[in-house]
Amino acid sequence: MTRILYMIEKEFKQLRRNTVLLRMMLAAPVLQLILLAYAANFEVKNLKIAIVDQDHTTYAQRLAGKFRYIDNFRFQGYLPNSKSAYQELLASRADLVLVIPPHFERDLGKEDRASVQLLVNAIDGTKGGIASGYAQAIIRDFNAAIRTEDIGFNSDGPPRGSPTSGAAGLDVENQYWYNPRLEYKTFMVPGILFELMLLIGGMIAALNIVREKEIGTQEQLNVTPIKKYEFILGKLTPFVLIGLIQFTLGLFVGKFFFQIPIEGSLLLIYGFAFLFLLLCVGLGLLISAVSDTQQQAMFAVFFCLVIFILLSGLFSSTEDMPQWARYLNLFNPLKYIIEVGRNVLLKGSTLRDMQSQFFTLLGMAMVLIGLASWRYRKTV
Amino acid sequence: MNRFLAFVKKEFFHILRDRRTLLILFGMPLAMVLLFGFALTNEIKNAKIAVLDLDHGPHSRQITDRLLSSGYFQLTQNLRTYRDVDATFRRGKVKLVVVFPPKFSQDFARNFESAQLQLLADASEQNTAISLTAYATNIIQAYKSEQNAVGTSPPMQIDVQPRMVFNPELRGAFVFVPGVMAMVLLLVSALMTSVTIAREKETGTMEVLMVSPLSQLQILFGKVLPYLLLSFINGCVIIALGVFLLNIPLNGSLPLLLAETLLFTFLSLSLGLLISTIADTQLVAMFASLLVLLMPTIFLSGFIFPIESMPPFLQYVSKIIPASYFIEIVKGIMIKGIGLNLLWKPTLVLLGMSAFLMAVSLRNLKPRLE
Repeated sequence: MTRILYMIEKEFKQLRRNTVLLRMMLAAPVLQLILLAYAANFEVKNLKIAIVDQDHTTYAQRLAGKFRYIDNFRFQGYLPNSKSAYQELLASRADLVLVIPPHFERDLGKEDRASVQLLVNAIDGTKGGIASGYAQAIIRDFNAAIRTEDIGFNSDGPPRGSPTSGAAGLDVENQYWYNPRLEYKTFMVPGILFELMLLIGGMIAALNIVREKEIGTQEQLNVTPIKKYEFILGKLTPFVLIGLIQFTLGLFVGKFFFQIPIEGSLLLIYGFAFLFLLLCVGLGLLISAVSDTQQQAMFAVFFCLVIFILLSGLFSSTEDMPQWARYLNLFNPLKYIIEVGRNVLLKGSTLRDMQSQFFTLLGMAMVLIGLASWRYRKTV
Repeated sequence: MNRFLAFVKKEFFHILRDRRTLLILFGMPLAMVLLFGFALTNEIKNAKIAVLDLDHGPHSRQITDRLLSSGYFQLTQNLRTYRDVDATFRRGKVKLVVVFPPKFSQDFARNFESAQLQLLADASEQNTAISLTAYATNIIQAYKSEQNAVGTSPPMQIDVQPRMVFNPELRGAFVFVPGVMAMVLLLVSALMTSVTIAREKETGTMEVLMVSPLSQLQILFGKVLPYLLLSFINGCVIIALGVFLLNIPLNGSLPLLLAETLLFTFLSLSLGLLISTIADTQLVAMFASLLVLLMPTIFLSGFIFPIESMPPFLQYVSKIIPASYFIEIVKGIMIKGIGLNLLWKPTLVLLGMSAFLMAVSLRNLKPRLE
């Protein structure tokens, strides 16, 4: 037992001496969390719009005017023709161009029907889709407005601007639970928090044993009477402790800086954080034990991390992935812990709700730590 | 010169001998392209929903059938009371609950009184919540207009004809392939160079090199050259995967694209050199590359999240991230098919950045170890 304590003491001393690393380990997650939470935002704002008005009538000008002073759009100016519109899209000076063709007002009056064209830069498909949706909503509003005022035709619809639109007889009401204002930060912060823990905890642990190998101090440890499990436990403890400190800092930032709710039990979330840290450090130590150089270890961790992060559901829903990706995801600890984070923090789920995640994470942690101590050899 | 070549050869041997690292170096871009290309979709398929039908009328049943037969939704549960909703959401499987209030069908049939229907979405999974409600609303509205029977088109109709320029099928690959390219190039060049140099310092072999007749510049360039080549090959592999596997068009000039790739690789190498002049251990070098280079590149370069929506401060930060310019260039050349006449600005920025970084890191080089 005392041997473990000495081992832990040694690890802590080494950590404390490496001030650069220590500072990075504690400051980086907080900074990253703040930066990323602001950056991680799928909302589409500040769209650059240009307008080609080939009609030059009152209606055309009024329609164009609708885009000039509206929050989501930034009006870039008028263009002479569709060809220059394409040029603007090529040069990225506009995200979308509205083309009002000649005889727009005449057609609207005479034939009760006119069309406008919307050119959208859709290289980023999601953004393009949303941008086009916004623009169409504005045109629809304009359409409804001219109808009512000019002919007194009542479109029978819901009040303008209501997103839950429905015509006569049916009203669909959307409610977004647990995050009613659809605040992206609330949604992203729990996920980013755990992602950073995996990134930092796993990385540092992965480089640890292999570093001793590389600089030769491993041999010194090998000739001591320390047992395998004592060695692994001694390596594990400091990282898990530091991880818990990181987690606390992150949670503080989340709570007081981003006002994310903490609906569930704090004890439960800490229990899960502890379990997850064991798992991260276990993974790191395992990779460390099988690598020969720090470089190898680092790349192996990095490879795992990239796959874990991309499949974790941090950016896109895990349920919409193809079958093979969902099978892969069965082994993705980050996926489970992000589910836990969102469910417990935002919805107040209990241990009973999260039991399958609990047992999966527990099993994974045990397997990884077991493998790490098994693979760790006291011979060179 | 001969000595220099011998040194470069030695470095190549070092890299080629480490099979595992090599495997990961080339496996990584492949894995990323595959994951992004085929796993990360935002299409809704068989999303699990629950229904709380307090009406039990014909219309509530028909709307439920419509939703389920659309292929987007899959019924997991019929709820009894409003209170079940919270419990269901907390277990985390169901993301959308459709609520038909009592007498829904009656109200719906009478038509002059507004019938109400609720869609409750679990917005702790925000993106899913938004798309699920949008899909469900569309299906319900379609049902409604069918029931409304013969609708004559209203007067003064403005038709909007949207045209999705450059990417009519709205494919995600158009954004992420340039992003993955920037990421991998940066990773291989900056991370690898900074780590190898730190490694020589850490294991003490740097001293051996220092006393060799090679000048310090030769040592550095000898270390950098193999990685320049490796990353460039990696870049080409990603372009090929994008074009042949994911059918991304290559509308612009290939030589220009390759030249820009080389430029960006060079820039990343200068960054790696700069880090290595500061970092003494591999761990520090790695952390610096990871936190200062890689994470911001992923999040702030417009690769995953649109830059325009960020707060102004972060928009400024994204301006000093080289990858945002490179991504703009790659998109421009491959998809828009434009040339230097429209891309001279970002190219110039990349050139300036490389020159600046190279100058700073050469100035920071210390002629001897402490």
